[in-house]
Amino acid sequence: MSTSRAFAPALVLLLLAALIPVFVTANTVLNFIVFTLIIALAAQGWNLLGGLCGQFSFGHAAFFGSGAYAAALLQARYGVNAWAAFTAAIAFAALVGWIIGYLSFRSGLRGSYFALVTLAFAEVFRILANASAFTGGAAGTLIKLDIRPENFQFASRAAFVWIALALVGFTLLLTTAITRSRLGAWFAAVRENEDAARALGVDTLAVKLKAITLSAGITGAAGALYVQYYLYLDANIAYGSWISIEALIAPIIGGIGTPLGPIVGAVTLHGLGELTKLFASGIPGIDLVIYGALLVTAIAFAPDGMMGLLKRLGRGQVTPRTTTPKTTAAKTTTPKTEGAA
Amino acid sequence: MLAVETITKRFGGLVAVNAASLKVAAGSITGLIGPNGAGKTTLFAVIAGFEKASEGRILFAGQDITAQPAHLRAQAGIARTFQIVQPFAGLSVVENIAVGAYLRHSGRADAQARAGEVASLVGLGAMLDQSASSLTVAGRKRLELARALATEPRLLLLDEVLAGLNPSEIRDMIPVIRQIRDQGVTILMVEHVMQAVMSLCEDIHVLAQGRIIAQGTPSEIAGNPAVIEAYLGQGAAKRLQGATGMGENHA
Amino acid sequence: MFAPDIILAAVLNGLMTGSVYALIALGLTLVYGVLHIINFAHGATLTAAMFAVYVAHAVFKLDPYIALFIVTPLFFGLGYGVQRFVIGPASHGEDRNILLVTLGLSILIENAMLAIFRSDTRSIDVPYAFSSIDLGFTFLALPRVLAFGVALLVALLLGLLLTRTDTGKAIRAVAREKTGAALAGIDVAHIYAVTFGLGAACVAIAACLLMPTFYVTPRAGNAFVLVAFTIVVLGGMGSIPGALLGALFIGVVESLCGLFFGESLGQIGIFLIFILVLLVRPTGLFGARA
Repeated sequence: MSTSRAFAPALVLLLLAALIPVFVTANTVLNFIVFTLIIALAAQGWNLLGGLCGQFSFGHAAFFGSGAYAAALLQARYGVNAWAAFTAAIAFAALVGWIIGYLSFRSGLRGSYFALVTLAFAEVFRILANASAFTGGAAGTLIKLDIRPENFQFASRAAFVWIALALVGFTLLLTTAITRSRLGAWFAAVRENEDAARALGVDTLAVKLKAITLSAGITGAAGALYVQYYLYLDANIAYGSWISIEALIAPIIGGIGTPLGPIVGAVTLHGLGELTKLFASGIPGIDLVIYGALLVTAIAFAPDGMMGLLKRLGRGQVTPRTTTPKTTAAKTTTPKTEGAA
Repeated sequence: MLAVETITKRFGGLVAVNAASLKVAAGSITGLIGPNGAGKTTLFAVIAGFEKASEGRILFAGQDITAQPAHLRAQAGIARTFQIVQPFAGLSVVENIAVGAYLRHSGRADAQARAGEVASLVGLGAMLDQSASSLTVAGRKRLELARALATEPRLLLLDEVLAGLNPSEIRDMIPVIRQIRDQGVTILMVEHVMQAVMSLCEDIHVLAQGRIIAQGTPSEIAGNPAVIEAYLGQGAAKRLQGATGMGENHA
Repeated sequence: MFAPDIILAAVLNGLMTGSVYALIALGLTLVYGVLHIINFAHGATLTAAMFAVYVAHAVFKLDPYIALFIVTPLFFGLGYGVQRFVIGPASHGEDRNILLVTLGLSILIENAMLAIFRSDTRSIDVPYAFSSIDLGFTFLALPRVLAFGVALLVALLLGLLLTRTDTGKAIRAVAREKTGAALAGIDVAHIYAVTFGLGAACVAIAACLLMPTFYVTPRAGNAFVLVAFTIVVLGGMGSIPGALLGALFIGVVESLCGLFFGESLGQIGIFLIFILVLLVRPTGLFGARA
């Protein structure tokens, strides 16, 4: 497959999405689109680490929140320009990712253990942000409303749609490029079998650190965009488990490890979420009940997610596969230290 | 090419490899044989950097590599296969081999082309796009070999690549291994299939209970009473000689 | 500094909290020891059990200590069924799928509770809620003393079950080597489900012991289970004595941290222990694996 053919369908989709604000001006619709795109971006970050490199994080809130707080506090406390703060926020989230990755992967944490430790980091950050005066504590942090483009604040929601689309689009191209590169091959090798990867000269620690740093930067961008759009942040939004869950479910529903998966998943999830609100409004948590059920169902019947289903429909095979080809997880999840086979 | 100097490997109180030394000459096919549980696979793991040696040192092309992690040894030119095959099950055959090829070729097209060449060499040329998990046992052994070869090693460590194959598959593999050596790759192989060891190797080391008990050409090893005893138990050499004179026939 | 009396009282209180943690951690470590996965739905199961106790009291006027004899077998059955008919089939035998399926179940259960009971804090009124035992230098709440006794008894019974009964031996065999156990004629799927059932039953007992003095919200279970994760990691994944000792230790640490640094930072102490142990010694302080 040629490079242009690999990128083409995604680009067409993005351009079509970019036209929506031209025809639709209803705030509820644009709100929905921006929010869904923010989730999609966070999920793209998760997918890079979880889908491509096989390291399942249950605490991507740690990166979302770090990006969001960095963007908010740099503006609110130090008066840094919003665009500069946005860029710095991405770098800060990436740094947090690198540090958590270095600590965890250095200790040889894998599987359930890695999931647990990421969850714990996110929770520690949440408690700290909730208790510390620097972050505004439980009252949260506000960014002063001052609608000017140089402040990353726009009168029209359409501008946010385009910025969010540009970020999602850029990440889509980046992910696609990675899957077709040497780094992508190394990600896949680490995901499928770390020992075999090392035998072939792959520095698995360095590869995993690259994955988590990129992943955290992308999810951090989603957090920074979130706070720029809503201009308010507290610890439960920034580091709450909701975003860890959304960032993880969207790629799995959409198609884990595929560049388009997180986007398809986020749209599906939030489309369904809106529908449920329509039919069962006023019942708290009902959308998450559906997310949970979807996650279990997807793993049981559609291990390749919506992308896999679409592919199978395209080939005319509608019946689900009975066996999955990935046998790597038969490996034990016992932590191993690097160097001990 | 490779010099293993009095390597000892302990797991807690168990001594798996006990002051083992061996040398592999450049351009040779060297065999490492021994009864089950002798420590062959452990010694391999130590040479490839998957286990840390408790004592001793390893020289590769004159460099001390004892402290190097596995991936750096691979970059230096040591490739290994695993006794229990470790395919990247979710990837296709060509993607599996390309992971190896990426070590020396950073571009996708280069790596895939190289992967294709190696696949043809080991007889997987027709299965490039198959999923690795769909391969037969023999196919997986070939894939294991191909991946290691794709890293363009100077020294190839083969851990029982013939185990589990039927006689005709073994007959197919022997010329492949010889051809790899003829292309300039030095080979150290652990093998249980004696007929293959005897026909391929120029030099054989015998490991028993963690110690190197014999070293020599195939015919020297076949006639060595210590080797026969290690395999068949104490006094076996004498009994065999007395009964059939078999030891002498081979000497 | 605090007077020795106050510190001793804090230690005793910590031990009693720790005993309930121990029950929750036992369920978690048992499932890990046998299935080698972390059950992320454990917290949601605890929440569900607490609501079950609440409903038993609010609707059927059942005292929590009597409800124990109904809720425990009920949750054993639920745990058994969920593992046998949902988690097992849905995960196609892959570890990372089990991880995700239990996470999915946890999200589902927690939010189903939210949809049914809303986010209100609910508690039950029992006449003995404020009864206490006078030790001279401090008072101990009667329900917490009872909880301590029952928790230790349950741990003992669980130990006996695992060592003295055929089912227990089968569980330990599967934990050690499931292929070998299957070859010896043990129904591995059944044993997995029994183990899951036992884990849920432990949590159900914990819920009955908690409800007289604690409240329930749809997120109540999470706080306990994060502590239980810490305990299990500290005690060594899969180790039952490790879970017991770890739980009592964490109970005391939490109580003392609360005394010295205040509530919210007491929680941080637990997480920091958790992360440190995971990073430095993931096999746990007691090092044992089932």
